[in-house]
Amino acid sequence: MNDTLSFLKNIISISGLSGYEAPVREKIRSAWEPYTDEIHVSRMGSLHGLRHGTGTQPRNSILLAAHMDAIGLMVTGVVEGYLRLTEIGGIDPRVLPGTAVTVHGRQELKGVIVSPNRNLLPDVLESKAVPLEYLLVDVGMPPEFVNENIRVGDLISFDQPPVSVGKDLLLGHSLDNRASIAALSGSLSLLDGRQCEWDVWAVATVQEEETFAGAYTSAFKLRPSIAVAIDVTHGAGPGVPEHKTCAFGEGPVLGWGPNIHQELHKAMKRLAEELEIPHEMEPLPRHSGTDAYAMQVTASGIPTMVVSIPLRYMHTPVELVSVRDIERCSRLLAEFICSLDGEFMEKLALDKEL
Amino acid sequence: MTENGSLKISDEQVSLLERLCNASAVSGDEAEVRKIVIEEVRAVADEIKVDVLGNVLARRFGDGENRLKVMLAAHMDEVGMMVIHDEGKGIFRFKLVGGIPAHFLPAKSVAVGKNKIPGIIGAAPIHLTSAAERQNLISVDDMRLDVGPDNGEYVEIGDRVVFSTEFADHDNAVFAKALDDRIGVSILIQLLKNAPKNIDLFAAFTVQEEVGQRGASAAAFELDPDIAIVIDSTPANDQPAWDEGDDRWSGNKQYNTRIRKGPAIYIADRGTISDPRLIKHFVNTSHVEGIPFQLRQPGGGRTDAAAIHKQRSGIPSISISVPARYLHSPVSICDILDWMNTQKLIYFGLVGMPGDILAMEL
Amino acid sequence: MKNLIRSLCEAPGPSGFESGIRKLVTKEVESFADEIRTDNLGNLIVSRGKTGPESKKIMVAAHMDEIGFMVTHIEERGYIRFMPIGGVNADACIGSRVRMMNGSLGLISAERKMTGAKSQTFENMFIDLGFEDQGDWPVQVGDVATYDYRLIELGDRLVSKALDDRIGVAVLVETLRRISYDEIDLQNEVFFVFTVQEEVGLRGAAPAAFGIEPDLGFAVDVTRTGDTPKALRMSVDLGKGPAVKVRDQRLIADPRVVKWMVSAAEKNGIPYQLEVLERGSTDAGAFQLVQTGVPAGCLSIPCRYLHTPSEMVDLRDVKNAVGLMIELLTQPVSLG
Repeated sequence: MNDTLSFLKNIISISGLSGYEAPVREKIRSAWEPYTDEIHVSRMGSLHGLRHGTGTQPRNSILLAAHMDAIGLMVTGVVEGYLRLTEIGGIDPRVLPGTAVTVHGRQELKGVIVSPNRNLLPDVLESKAVPLEYLLVDVGMPPEFVNENIRVGDLISFDQPPVSVGKDLLLGHSLDNRASIAALSGSLSLLDGRQCEWDVWAVATVQEEETFAGAYTSAFKLRPSIAVAIDVTHGAGPGVPEHKTCAFGEGPVLGWGPNIHQELHKAMKRLAEELEIPHEMEPLPRHSGTDAYAMQVTASGIPTMVVSIPLRYMHTPVELVSVRDIERCSRLLAEFICSLDGEFMEKLALDKEL
Repeated sequence: MTENGSLKISDEQVSLLERLCNASAVSGDEAEVRKIVIEEVRAVADEIKVDVLGNVLARRFGDGENRLKVMLAAHMDEVGMMVIHDEGKGIFRFKLVGGIPAHFLPAKSVAVGKNKIPGIIGAAPIHLTSAAERQNLISVDDMRLDVGPDNGEYVEIGDRVVFSTEFADHDNAVFAKALDDRIGVSILIQLLKNAPKNIDLFAAFTVQEEVGQRGASAAAFELDPDIAIVIDSTPANDQPAWDEGDDRWSGNKQYNTRIRKGPAIYIADRGTISDPRLIKHFVNTSHVEGIPFQLRQPGGGRTDAAAIHKQRSGIPSISISVPARYLHSPVSICDILDWMNTQKLIYFGLVGMPGDILAMEL
Repeated sequence: MKNLIRSLCEAPGPSGFESGIRKLVTKEVESFADEIRTDNLGNLIVSRGKTGPESKKIMVAAHMDEIGFMVTHIEERGYIRFMPIGGVNADACIGSRVRMMNGSLGLISAERKMTGAKSQTFENMFIDLGFEDQGDWPVQVGDVATYDYRLIELGDRLVSKALDDRIGVAVLVETLRRISYDEIDLQNEVFFVFTVQEEVGLRGAAPAAFGIEPDLGFAVDVTRTGDTPKALRMSVDLGKGPAVKVRDQRLIADPRVVKWMVSAAEKNGIPYQLEVLERGSTDAGAFQLVQTGVPAGCLSIPCRYLHTPSEMVDLRDVKNAVGLMIELLTQPVSLG
């Protein structure tokens, strides 16, 4: 479907670093408005879109969370026209030298991340990788201009344009987690005109990469019956051992482990099999590292599930995703939502002995 | 106060502990222990429910006015492993669930999944390794689970793995896996059965403590108690230092607790600073009732109190644990006297808890 | 204000044992409070101001606790082993003077450093309270101690232990004092929260916020500076004004709160700096996550030599922080 691809290309080009998601939020909002009955912005800046169910009150609700924040960099100092950096979210500094960026100062400026010559770096580094604290951004302008237009705290985002690769793949930055936003948006559009018993909360959360602030606070506010985090996971590829990754381009991934409600996983797996959507299970022995980590223990607890889209080169400016996987994810979520009825919560009960 | 006979450790309690310890319940997969707990407490609870994470929440209300709502927590989960990758012919990769020191793993017998399929975490024979290799610890990444080619098909990615240790006792010594925290669970069951009348006792048999005190957080929010007491087990690292006896400067300064010195009252660990009013109360109780106790050395480690005390508007909390050796390993050891005294200390502490304890100045 | 700062800094109050500080602060502020209470964990909550359609509930937090030491073991000859409470700087410990909460004075020293060892660890250190052999020593496992130093004045600069965060506490107290004496109307309902246990993991702040349910909030705490020889790089200098925090390890300050603070500073000609702190966090990181969320920021006092016995602040930064606080709290807030 062209819609998913063009929507995705659009939203990854809009800035939305953790804590500063407003620009991309507005874009997502206009995409969701036609498919939701109500749409609000939470105190922390998350987007809450509600689609009313048709069941009798009190109605159960499902919360689908996809984080809209992306990783990037922030200015920590301005020296002789160069910018010093800190990260927002986790970035391997080895991928940065030579990367094109946009500096969001008084105006948007083009820049590049540079590693100074070795003679300008501490001897103790020798020929080792250069840590972030020694890297600089050069915007190519004289110091007076830089001092006028850029200051401590300004944001820096990657300047990699989206590129279609082959028939199915998309290359770009911020696919973590805009790919999931696209998947969630796709589900909403698939649900259009269909009857579903449960209320559906589509939530684009803030600050997953840093504090899970959006996940904690949206779950507390909305108190859904179940919550699904849609995120990306590591797709198999060069440089990563096979046992730590999932198959790439072969369908969405269903998480399993303490951060996931066992019956919820089983229900989704059964559905994927029925619908013949290729899928894989990802063992998550401890934490999922997604919004589900926060949502599961909010208030009196929420049954959670993690559905992931395999992604190569996560947390670099050149992430790679399969658009077909995103569409499969949309379909799985939409069908899952439609399958939820008045008896579903009983299936999740852990008190069969009572 | 007269001694309550049911606070001595009975044969029934020992066989209950045996069932609890032999059950498999790795964090996130507590069903087998949950079943035993529910069987034991459903008859005595005024209200009982299992929440969405699997915590068992059982309430027993007391008599009289202005009763304190006391939450008691013990966690049902144990540390273990999860199968993560199939290499074929019954060989699998695994990852740890909870903090097991890797050096406990090589050459151990384990049980996999609900059907407890027997397996081995193997180690290379000494004949085939060099002296240089043997200097290095084996990392979990290099270890494999072997269930044999016939049973490979019965093991799934995601299955949990536990040590296959069978419970045993001899005189006062108990040998078992998962004393952390089945011993706490057994004490909580006993306290629930003998709940004092002056308080409302809210028992929380929690899940997922070993992966970050996850269940306790939700349980505390739901129960909304006035105070909380966590019943766990804590390491007795009371072995001799390598140079003990040589010189008066050596010796074990970081023992945490010692076995056969009584229940361990926590002052501070990595997750919680115990409420001083509760510390004072329990220390007092032990003096008045003549129950031996020790102060757990302030230091590392966490209990469910770490999550509980920060819930809602704050819940004054304390942890009181049974000292035990070799926690998070295939065979843990504890002494029945410590078990009994922990039970007694908490029981008498509850019975003697002043209703206005929180009015005391912090 | 100097006397207030002195008495706050010199009083002992490590995490979990803040009652002395709480008493001191209560005495200072109870006459300025509409309501004053202590919550379950020991946070002191003072509220003042008005409610109404335009007014917001603002939470301002400064932590009462300081870093310290807790006894873990007493050796045969009376040497006392301990663990740090909070992020004590290990290098700065050796040779320092300490005071137990029961009043005993002593010092910290360490075992001989083994050849090849990089730096001292707390396991190698001990406290010497001057005990002679074999006695009934007045110390037991679990006892706590803090550094024991007087505050000294170096012109406009103050040097003391526990400026983190007694200086924040002083800013809150002084703000309350000024508002009361100058009879300035608070346009909002303000909760001045003197928190506990910040140094051991921001533990008091979220429970305090849970009971208050603020619309927004900020912490008043110290932050590093980058202006000493080969310091960790930071664009905050002593004496250049209080800092408006943009981010630290646990908080990305809400951009609207940052804007609010910066506008107020610029409108009133108060010098300020923008702060990005790569290592460190404050109460705001914890209370922002409470319930449905609290848009949060932090007003920082630049401070050199953090978590050592001799921290240093500039009184002009402190006074400007008070000035900025008053502007922020006495105007209607629109986060826009």
